[in-house]
Order: sequence, then structure tokens, then C-alpha cells
Amino acid sequence: MRVVIAEDHALLRDGLTRLLRAFDFDVVASVDNGPALLPTLVTHRPQVAVIDVRLPPTFTDEGLQAAIAARTQIPGLPILVLSQHVEPMYARELLSTPHGGVGYLLKDRVFDVGEFVDAVRRVAAGGSAMDPEVISQLLARREPLAVLTAREREVLGEMAEGRSNAAIATKLRITEKAVSKHINNILTKLDMPPSDDDNRRVLAVLAYLNA
Amino acid sequence: MLAGAAGIGLALTNLPLLVLSIASLALVPVPFLGMALVPWTTNLVRKRTDLERRLASRAGVPVARPYHPPPERGVPGGWRRFRWTLTDPATWRDLAWLVPGAVVGIAVGAIVVAIPLYGLAGLTLTPVWIWMGTDWYGYGTVWSVDTFGEAVLCVPQGAAILAGGLWVAPWLRRVDASFDRLLLAPTRAAELRLRVTQLTVTRADTVDAQAAELRRIERDLHDGIQARLVSLGMMIGLADELIDRNPAAAHEMLAEARKSSGTALVELRHLVRGIHPPVLAERGLVGAVRALALSLPVPITVDADLSGRLDTPVESAAYFAVAETLTNVVRHSRAQHAWVSLCHDAGRLAMVVTDDGAGGADSAAGTGLRGIERRLAAFDGTMTLSSPPGGPTVITMELPCALSSPRTTHSFATD
Repeated sequence: MRVVIAEDHALLRDGLTRLLRAFDFDVVASVDNGPALLPTLVTHRPQVAVIDVRLPPTFTDEGLQAAIAARTQIPGLPILVLSQHVEPMYARELLSTPHGGVGYLLKDRVFDVGEFVDAVRRVAAGGSAMDPEVISQLLARREPLAVLTAREREVLGEMAEGRSNAAIATKLRITEKAVSKHINNILTKLDMPPSDDDNRRVLAVLAYLNA
Repeated sequence: MLAGAAGIGLALTNLPLLVLSIASLALVPVPFLGMALVPWTTNLVRKRTDLERRLASRAGVPVARPYHPPPERGVPGGWRRFRWTLTDPATWRDLAWLVPGAVVGIAVGAIVVAIPLYGLAGLTLTPVWIWMGTDWYGYGTVWSVDTFGEAVLCVPQGAAILAGGLWVAPWLRRVDASFDRLLLAPTRAAELRLRVTQLTVTRADTVDAQAAELRRIERDLHDGIQARLVSLGMMIGLADELIDRNPAAAHEMLAEARKSSGTALVELRHLVRGIHPPVLAERGLVGAVRALALSLPVPITVDADLSGRLDTPVESAAYFAVAETLTNVVRHSRAQHAWVSLCHDAGRLAMVVTDDGAGGADSAAGTGLRGIERRLAAFDGTMTLSSPPGGPTVITMELPCALSSPRTTHSFATD
């Protein structure tokens, strides 16, 4: 699978490259600054890009801006954004570009190599991967969620992070059937249309939380 | 008209004040009494001039107080207070103002009263003329009012004069106020001295706040991250020891180490957010306030229009002032909704935070609002609070500052 990496810290760039190569990703290009990123993405058209929010020369949010610009030029280009901190506002901006295939994770998540690689694959496949921190911040400020049971809220959180039913079942140690029952309850309680498509469902949940 | 009459009354008090002042100065050689009397009469004069300054400000000509700050341990009747009174040039300027101030005040007051009164006379002339018969000297352009027609002619003239008199009154009061400013406002030197006093206070506050902030950061680093890194190093060392003899335990150790480094990162992130939120560096004030509004449990509408970025220190002060205010809203106001408006106009950044909560906020009661005031004062900014019981609470913060051209273009709207 062809990957482009954008990260200005040499250590982290090498680390990411090595990590992804170890899991049979093909790192076709890695850039260390903002201006070079968009052209690289357009030329290489990777199957997934892993991008740091803050890049030279201004060290603001150039990575994020380039990611959004790239997704407007190449609709649905899968992009996983990494950052030292997460802002629900940035997640909202990323999600405002149409089609799935977006991820937004704290850099710390790289520590759990298995989880991280899984997230990259999910994003590449058009799914999503949202940081638990983003989701918990979003959940914390939604009062209507009081109608959900504790378990349902847990499932909603996992779902919003981008996990499939099977993954949620494994994580929460319950059966897949129980998961889909919880999900149906959640969708009914929150007045959301039922959907079998995992990705579309995740986007709907995120849109709901972001509203 | 009433103001004019009051002005005359006030101006008349200048003369007894002048007499008192001269008498007290003449009595200076009298032991004990002299030194006590001068500050006392000066105080009376200052009460009078302060009132005049307030009236001038209300008429649209702001006049600042020019006096030296009182000595810290000056007991009434003591040498320090006596010297403080006499060495302040403003004391002498006040005295110099008493007579010309009275003259101008009385003149302006008389005009302000007389013109509308003459207008009223014209308006009421017709019935008076009928009642008195034909003997009437005249009014306006009609001299000797002989016929009923001529009497009626006085009415529109009276109306015009009344309207004119009322119309020029504020203008005349401004003339009076401008004259007051000549002697009652601080001289350039006094202005600078007041500015130095103010700067000394705000600088001391700022330095204190900075030092406290540094101490807090040092403590957080020392107790939190430093300790975590030490334990992390120990765990990795231990894992290194164990890896051949007991691989399972080594794995466990490494998993522990990974968790510990994650916690260290979380703590570091909190600390960084408290020092300078990353989103502020990335998006500037408006973006950071929007991000903050999104993360708070109370719905907040942000209405912001800034065409550029502020200087980093000002931006940071502005952000933390808004953040602290919003924290107060969330914690204390029981508000259902809050509004933040940010706009930059004529070299000033205005930040207004409104909530529909319970009101009754008091900047004297909490340290939070005092802290905001101090933070803003370092940049000559101000904060005003309006919070009647029952709400709404409106906090208006202003910072003089310039906008620079935006560093990057943000074409992606956040809402």
C-alpha cells in the first residue's frame, strides 16, 4: 500500500517510515515542510497519507490546511492527521470535506503499534479514525446523550472513533450481535436513520456529535 | 436651564473657598493650626474642582485628576501631608482657577439661563398682554406691543429664541469645560508622572504574576513529568535486565513503560495548554476562542471579525482573559447560553462576553476577575463588568493594540 508521510521531526519521520515499512506499507515519499506537501500528494496520489498538523515554515496548522486542500482537489484521498494535541474544531474541519477516509489522532497513539497500523488501514479503506480524546470532548458537551445507558455511550464512543462492529465487540468483550443491538438502540434514541454501511454510520454519528 | 442655574450656584462657592484658602495660608506661621489647616482647605478646594472635572467630563470634555498620590504615612496635620499639599503644582493651579473659573462659570450659566427665559417670556406674552392691557414695552423685533396682532407675533419669536437657547446650552457648557481644562487638567509633566505611577503598579503586578506562573510551571514539571521520566528510565532499565532471564516480566515492564510515557505526554499537553495553547499559535485569537467555545459545556456563540493577527503577548493576554471569563460563566453563572464578540476598531481590541445567567458577579469578590484585570492592565487594557442580580452579565474588555497582516490565509471556515 503506497503511503506519503509529512512530518518535520527527523526522528519521528524515520520512526514512522520504519514502522509502516515493517507492516508492508510502501512509503513512496516523505516531506518535512508544508509547501511541498500538496504537490507531493497530487503527484504521488498515495493510497493513504500520514500528516503532521504543524509543519514548517510557519509552524501553525499547515499540515491540516494542505490535507483539506488535497481532499478538495482529489476527493476522498485518504488522510490520517497526527498532532501533538487534538482540537474537536480541527476534526470538524477535516470531516467537512466530503467522503470518508479521514483520521485524526494524537501522536501518542503511535505507541500502540497494532492499533495505529489498524487505524491507517481503516482510513486507507475509506473508513475513519478519530482520537478517543476528540470523541470524549465531543461526548462531554452533549446533554441529549443522557438518554443513553452507560453501555450505549461506551459503544457510541467506540463507534465514533471509527471502529467496526466486530472491533467494538472484541474491545468491549461482548458479542457482535449485542453490539448491533446497542447500535440500533442508540440510533433510535438519537433519532438517526439506521444504516448498515459502517463508514456512513460513523460519519453520521460524528456529524451528530459535532452539531 | 437648571444646569445653568446650578452652575452659577457652584461658581459662587469659589469665592468663599478662595477666602478660606488665603486665610489658611496666612495662618501657616501659627504653630500646629497652620499645618493642619492648609491640607484641610486644599481638600475642600479639590472636592470643588473634582466636581467641576466631573461636570466637564459629562459635557464632553474629559478632564483628568492631576494630583500627586498622597504620602503613604502622612497623618492629618503632619509635615508630610503639609508638604505634599504645597509642593503639588496642581494645588496652585486649582487656586488660580477659582476666580476666572467662577467668572466664566457665572457668565456661561447666566447666558444658559437668560436666553431660554427670554424665549419663555415671548411665548407667554400674549395672555399677559391681554391681561395687562395695551401698555407693554416690546419683545423681539416688535417694540412697544400695541395691538393683539403684534402680541401674537411675539409667540413664534419666543419659540425660536427658546429653541436656540436650549440648542446652544450644551455647546456653551463645553466652552466652559474647555476653559476649566486649561487649569484643572494635569500639565504634561503631571500626566507623565501619573503615567509613571500607573506603569509602576502594573509592572509590579505583571512581574509578580509572571513569577507565580513560572513557579507553577516549575512545580508541575518537577512533580509530574520529571518524576515520570525517571520512573520510565527505571522501568526500561529493569526490562533490559529481565529480558533474557524472564522475557514475560520484561514485556510487562515495557508495557508499563509505554503507559507511563503516555501519561507523561498527557501531563505535558495540559501544561503546554496552560502556558500557550497550541491552537492559539496555530489559529490566532479567533480560532482559539472558537475552539475553546466548542469544548465548553455551555453553548457559546462566537461573533468575531479580525482581519489579522495580534502581537503574540497581546494575543495571549486577550485569549486568557476571554478564557478566564468563559470559565467563570461555566462555573458560576448557571447560564444557558453565552456570547463572545471580538472586534478591532480604531486601534483597540474590544472583547465582550455576555451570558444569560444569574448575574450578581462582583469583581471584588472573586480573584478570577481581578486576575483578568491585572492581565489586561499590563497592556493598558481595561475591563468593565455589568452584572445586575438576575443577569445578564456583560463583561467588556478592551486592549489597545495593532493588527498585523495575517501570517497565513485561512480559507476554511470553522462553522
